[in-house]
Amino acid sequence: MRSIIEYLREIVLGIWSLLKGMKVTSTYFFSPGKIVTQKYPENRKSLVMLERFKGEVVMPHNEKNEHKCTGCGICEINCPNGTIEIISKVIITEDGKKKKAIDKHIYRLGMCTFCALCVKTCPSNALAFSQKFEHAVFNRALLNKILNKPGSQLMKGVE
Amino acid sequence: MDIQVKELIADEKQEYIINMGPQHPSTHGVLRLVVSLQGEIVKNIEPHIGYIHRGIEKMCESITYPQIIHLTDRMDYLSAHINNEAVCLTVEKALEVDITDRIKVIRTIMSELTRIQSHQLFWASYGMDLGGQTCFFYGLRDREKILDIFEETCGGRMLVSYNCPGGLMYDIHPNFQQRVKDFIKYFRKALPEYDTILTGNVIFRERSIGIGPLTLKDAVSYGVTGPSGRASGFSCDVRKHEPYSAYDRVNFNEVIYNEGDTYHRYLARIEEMRESMNIIEQLIDNIPEGSYAIKMKPIIKLPEGEYFQRVETARGELDVFIISDGNKNPFRLKFRSPNFVNLGVLNHISKGFKIADLVAIAGSLDFVIPDIDR
Repeated sequence: MRSIIEYLREIVLGIWSLLKGMKVTSTYFFSPGKIVTQKYPENRKSLVMLERFKGEVVMPHNEKNEHKCTGCGICEINCPNGTIEIISKVIITEDGKKKKAIDKHIYRLGMCTFCALCVKTCPSNALAFSQKFEHAVFNRALLNKILNKPGSQLMKGVE
Repeated sequence: MDIQVKELIADEKQEYIINMGPQHPSTHGVLRLVVSLQGEIVKNIEPHIGYIHRGIEKMCESITYPQIIHLTDRMDYLSAHINNEAVCLTVEKALEVDITDRIKVIRTIMSELTRIQSHQLFWASYGMDLGGQTCFFYGLRDREKILDIFEETCGGRMLVSYNCPGGLMYDIHPNFQQRVKDFIKYFRKALPEYDTILTGNVIFRERSIGIGPLTLKDAVSYGVTGPSGRASGFSCDVRKHEPYSAYDRVNFNEVIYNEGDTYHRYLARIEEMRESMNIIEQLIDNIPEGSYAIKMKPIIKLPEGEYFQRVETARGELDVFIISDGNKNPFRLKFRSPNFVNLGVLNHISKGFKIADLVAIAGSLDFVIPDIDR
């Protein structure tokens, strides 16, 4: 007799525990205000990433097409996996001196692990992270980017 | 041994060999378990690892100390911040740098947030392993809130790269304290939901209570640490026994159970989330003023010698051992990762149980495969 009572009790308690779980899920079912899902591709226009988000490395240029990169190569040394390659050239300044300047700042997004060491160690704050997060392309070669814009020059006052 | 030879031997013993993994969803990654079965009973398990071996220890020998941080992120990716902290603490110990209280407190808060989000994902995926799809959505919903906090302060969501030798990469975001307080308030209400949905559920209890018991003696001799070890009564919390960062100034309980079965390994993690919230609440209101990073030399060179540091990650004890020959790269760097050691006990505790229980047992040990393979 006792075993039958015990058996029935287990069944009732088991069903009760399932109902308690169902109560939580049904609460969410009937209160759609609590649902946190974002409809991603539809909300693309209003979607703003947080300011520190590490999207990709960019080199900010001002309106005169000037950047701060002196071509010192510290970012290239600090990069752990060869993402950054700097090709420098020698230019002759207005007062006739020879000076090293940047020709191409190559950034390979496909190899980048977003450790932020390049941005952090740059002595002239020439690099920054953008908030872009949709990086997918159809051709792998498009991931190799040249950060300095064509025809850009070093900003005045940056050594 | 060759698989064909093994099958011959198994035929004689009337055993049946199946491969669980490397692509099995409940191994949480690319872990391959060669399981010998007699009927439905598990006779022997042979884990095959190394499918995502990247040679992190060897790679560390050719890069500088600040660069190591981005590799330790990718070991146990669910406790990335704690792994980074381990390397940073070792380097700081070697250089005898005194880091400020602000760094210590921020690191502790971040570590505990990491622990909570790791256990949330454990809860989510463990529920799904045992057939509760709802858990996965609810667990990830709450984890998202922590990832947003990380994103705001560190810039990364999972692989944060927030520590660096000598401090932190950036100062905390002005919203950080408010968001953490909001999260704690929210999660104190959400955690009882976890208990209602899964802990009290009759199907879950039937499948986990008494399954895969691990005795204290075995836990010690196999070196099972973390919540899995503490569920067997093995007091192994590094935060308690060898406090690092700001753990010496907070009050918290070490969650210890004596039963050691799957259910209590699960309970230990749920309780640890509560303890982590207690730790964060004690620290969040009084983050001391000070610098967030100590000025280090541009090229960090450790003096010749051997350096060692233990930390408690979400899955157990992580040890970092550095041998330096005075150069900017370590001569040898060894990680004692908790998952690799915890995997060793899987064969021992799942012998004699059904093949379906193997999913429950392996899930309760909470493996992260990149940490096993490294």
